[in-house]
Amino acid sequence: MTILDFLAQYWPRLLSGTGVTIAQFFLAAVLGIAISLAMGLMKLSQNRVLRGAAITYIEIFRGTSLLVQLYWIFFVLPLFGVSIDKFTAGYVAVGMNIGAYGAELVRGGILSVPRGQWEAALAINMSPARRMWRIILPQALVNMLPPWGNLMIELLKGTALVSLISVADLMFQAKQINGSTFLSAQVFGTALVIYYILARFLVTPFMRWLERAMARKLGKV
Amino acid sequence: MFDWKWDFVWEILPRLLVATGNTLLAAGAGYAIALVLGLVFALAQRTPYWALTFVVREFVEFIRSTPLLLQIFFVFYVGPQFGLRLSPWTSGMIAIGLHYACYLSEVYRGGIESVPRGQWEAATALNMTITQKYRRVIIPQAIPTALSGMGNYLVGILKDTPMLSVIGVAELIHVANAIGSEHYRFLEPITMVGIIFLAISLPAAGLIRLLEGRVRRKLGL
Amino acid sequence: MLDHTGFPLEITGETTPMVSFRKVRKSYGALTVLDELDLDIAAGEMVSIIGPSGSGKTTVLRMLMTLEQIDDGVIYVDGQPLTHMPKKGRLVRANERHLRNRRADIGMCFQHFNLFPHMTVLENCMEGPVHVLGLSKAEARDRSEELLELVGMISKKDQRPSRLSGGQQQRVAIARALAMRPKVMLFDEVTSALDPEVIGEVTNVIRKLVSEHNLTMLMVTHQMGFARDISDRVCFFYGGKIEEQGPPAELFGNPQRERTQQFLRAVREAV
Repeated sequence: MTILDFLAQYWPRLLSGTGVTIAQFFLAAVLGIAISLAMGLMKLSQNRVLRGAAITYIEIFRGTSLLVQLYWIFFVLPLFGVSIDKFTAGYVAVGMNIGAYGAELVRGGILSVPRGQWEAALAINMSPARRMWRIILPQALVNMLPPWGNLMIELLKGTALVSLISVADLMFQAKQINGSTFLSAQVFGTALVIYYILARFLVTPFMRWLERAMARKLGKV
Repeated sequence: MFDWKWDFVWEILPRLLVATGNTLLAAGAGYAIALVLGLVFALAQRTPYWALTFVVREFVEFIRSTPLLLQIFFVFYVGPQFGLRLSPWTSGMIAIGLHYACYLSEVYRGGIESVPRGQWEAATALNMTITQKYRRVIIPQAIPTALSGMGNYLVGILKDTPMLSVIGVAELIHVANAIGSEHYRFLEPITMVGIIFLAISLPAAGLIRLLEGRVRRKLGL
Repeated sequence: MLDHTGFPLEITGETTPMVSFRKVRKSYGALTVLDELDLDIAAGEMVSIIGPSGSGKTTVLRMLMTLEQIDDGVIYVDGQPLTHMPKKGRLVRANERHLRNRRADIGMCFQHFNLFPHMTVLENCMEGPVHVLGLSKAEARDRSEELLELVGMISKKDQRPSRLSGGQQQRVAIARALAMRPKVMLFDEVTSALDPEVIGEVTNVIRKLVSEHNLTMLMVTHQMGFARDISDRVCFFYGGKIEEQGPPAELFGNPQRERTQQFLRAVREAV
């Protein structure tokens, strides 16, 4: 079967799978960013308990693979009485995983803001919370955006794993179609191209645009 | 709910440890492939033949932007269609080796590009051939910079070996799942997998940092 | 534990100094940067601090701005303790709340300006009044524009700091600090990072402040001529202590101490 015939026949399923992948991506991204901010700030805190909690979280989620975390959340957590549906388990696992890596980026971004900014904010008597929110974080944001671009691609790739707990994303649909038709080259090839398009022509340009917009806001452009 | 059975843990530990051995083997073999292939890709992007550079560049970007899981399926299922009879182990190695070769090629490129222009010029002034320049002058200086990236990906490849379970490679997660299905108990196997991963990756990360420090000092940086 | 029984809970009286350092000590590890410093600054007085690097000059300002912690002694501002607070009839180290309270009386301008790069000139000035003092945006804007007029930067109010020269940025920094209406203004080598031709812009603004306003000012500087012109008093610091102080005409014209003479000679030769 030629690739065009293949697409003509199977595009609805692939499209639906892509939709689920995109949904997983967004939800995991939102969760991941929130966790990164929280953990990044906690790791910088003077409070030893907060710092310890952040370090523990980061080391656990960076030291084990996403797959293990996914299985754990889906298979083991129910034994503790926490029962989650597979769709939620999917993006929660990916989000929590990304959050651990993102935390380091947040921390690095904040530490890269020059000391003089902290002092100037103190000199106009800002509270630590306001200082972080209005002065430090905006500047940290610009510095951390480039590596965040890479992380977002990793996030997209990570969503493919949710197919292993039967979430009907693009990866899952591809496997299903392969299982019944054995048109491996066509289906897996198409899936690869779709992921590539999402990464190269959606995620990356968006992150670059974000970088430029932030740089302009800082007057760096 | 939370009834952790230690007897069960001791019972399954031998199988898990054997699987761990397989995992380490897979990671090691994959990394070895990636180390060599990555260098090839990196150097191929620095040739004056723009067609070659372009093709390799696009290929590397494509592999880096798409999920490893999908690539594993592709190699495993599509290989036979091109006449390659590949065992799960072999397809797994090819896919992982290729994927990480692309990551490492970026790390190598970063290292090479960090070597100051003056070094190239000095090498030319001494009338060295291209091979000599790379071997004696550039690569020795590129390595310290590249080392931290290389170390990170070593830990990364370890954590990605569970993906091979989907094509039947008897690594850790695969065995854990099997145990779980056989005994109807997932809590201990999957938790143990998490612990084993932490037990490997955290010291590994520490060792890598130590090694980095040593190499830096030895090269007088 | 520091014994603060010797220090008053507050300083009262007709001639209460605006700033008072009492037996202030500061060390960094084994290095003593300020050694039992006693310094009083009267309300409305303009004091210049000069001296070799490492003499503790900048530390004086930074401790007053609570950027550094005091090791021993007490600092008072407008009669009330800054670094400590009264508790059951004794002075104990101030907590963050007390510091935030008292810090409102102090403003500071830095050597490297430290303007907020992601805000325009006007927003930089309005930031404090709106988000710290709680003024309405309209009030804050009026106040900020008035101050930007004073420093001669009103035409650039919608520009980002990255588009301004060093002298322009420093003038904005002065307006930003003044917008908080502090009782004491600190200038930490505010011209040291400027190209020579724009130093005048900044010193003229400070001149204006001295002549038109009754602010208490403390300035660390290497601009000897400027210090001589506008100061009420000059303090020469050496080794963490005030080696010599007095009206500028006396200190510059007729220095009494050997070290002061040496320093002034070296400075003159460098010009």
